[in-house]
Amino acid sequence: MFILFELFITFAKIGMFTFGGGYAMISLIENTCVENKKWITHDEMMTITVIAESTPGPIAINCATYVGYKRGKLLGAIAATIGMVVPSFFIIFFISRIFDHFLENIYVVNALKGIKIAVGILIVDAAIKMIQKMKKTALQIGMVSLAVISMILIKYFAFNISSMVLLMVFAIIGLSVFAIENRIYGEDTKE
Amino acid sequence: MIYLNLFIGFMEVGLLSFGGAYAAIPLIKEVVMAYGWMDDEMLAYMIAISESTPGPIMVNMPTYVGSEKAGMLGALIATAAVVLPAFIIILLIMVVLNKFIQNRFVKAALGGLKACIIGIILVTGLSMMIKNCGLAFNDRPDIISLGLTCVFSLVYFGSRIIVKKRMHPILLICLSAFAGIVVYSL
Repeated sequence: MFILFELFITFAKIGMFTFGGGYAMISLIENTCVENKKWITHDEMMTITVIAESTPGPIAINCATYVGYKRGKLLGAIAATIGMVVPSFFIIFFISRIFDHFLENIYVVNALKGIKIAVGILIVDAAIKMIQKMKKTALQIGMVSLAVISMILIKYFAFNISSMVLLMVFAIIGLSVFAIENRIYGEDTKE
Repeated sequence: MIYLNLFIGFMEVGLLSFGGAYAAIPLIKEVVMAYGWMDDEMLAYMIAISESTPGPIMVNMPTYVGSEKAGMLGALIATAAVVLPAFIIILLIMVVLNKFIQNRFVKAALGGLKACIIGIILVTGLSMMIKNCGLAFNDRPDIISLGLTCVFSLVYFGSRIIVKKRMHPILLICLSAFAGIVVYSL
């Protein structure tokens, strides 16, 4: 019973401080669920990020459902997912009902401008941590560099490819590399 | 019936929005326009609110639309509708995943996918930082934001090296909101 309550509170806290989409939240989840509570490993965090990115729906919900299910099966998944949604639900509900000029308030606008800076740093931090913890083989480094170059081309040079297509290409690259390695290995054993 | 329409409309969004909030915005626009729930101006305001309040953007938008059109119950129904597909899909994947995660081919594909996600996140974060500082193409440099970015990067990453303890992301967000109010209001 306690774990359900803990899941709910933990994800409510994460939901309360998630600004600017799912990627900024990765740092928060990593800090809470991987480092402090040790609910999941860093590698699982990477797997869930990949799954979240390649399935429909909000990344935050995908992560909450995954961690919740792992810690407390179906009820855990429900507790974590509801926790993730509750803070923003009430904030949005009150804004839409009561405040008509929320975004015209200069202090709100300036606070948000400040938060944007933190969000950029947190997203870069999530990526840095992933790079630090990956296996640094030539192959891995090559694949990450290729992904970075592709993303720069997509973002800045009007290559109109969705991230879904990019992910698919990399799944195929992963499989091909595996097939080639297997073949080399297979020939080695023959000799 | 508005409740049923909210449910069907946003469940469709939840099912089709691959790749995060920015993929969902055009889908949500389409649904909102198709049912005639909002005009252009309200739609733009709703998106701005959803982007600047905490929580997943893709969940915030349905909550706002539901609440505007049909009060508390509408907000609940729209929110549940957008969340349910992702929730069920992840549960299904987790039931299957345990069987397949040790499979060599799944592992190989995941290896490629993980490399790709690192690239996506790194470039998204860096380009956000560049844009914040007004250093993107055709932008005017924003000295104040550049200064804040440098200070917070130093404090956040430096805390790990100097004190050997990570600064909590929530603390960073609170500090940056406070700094934003102080610095930009001057």
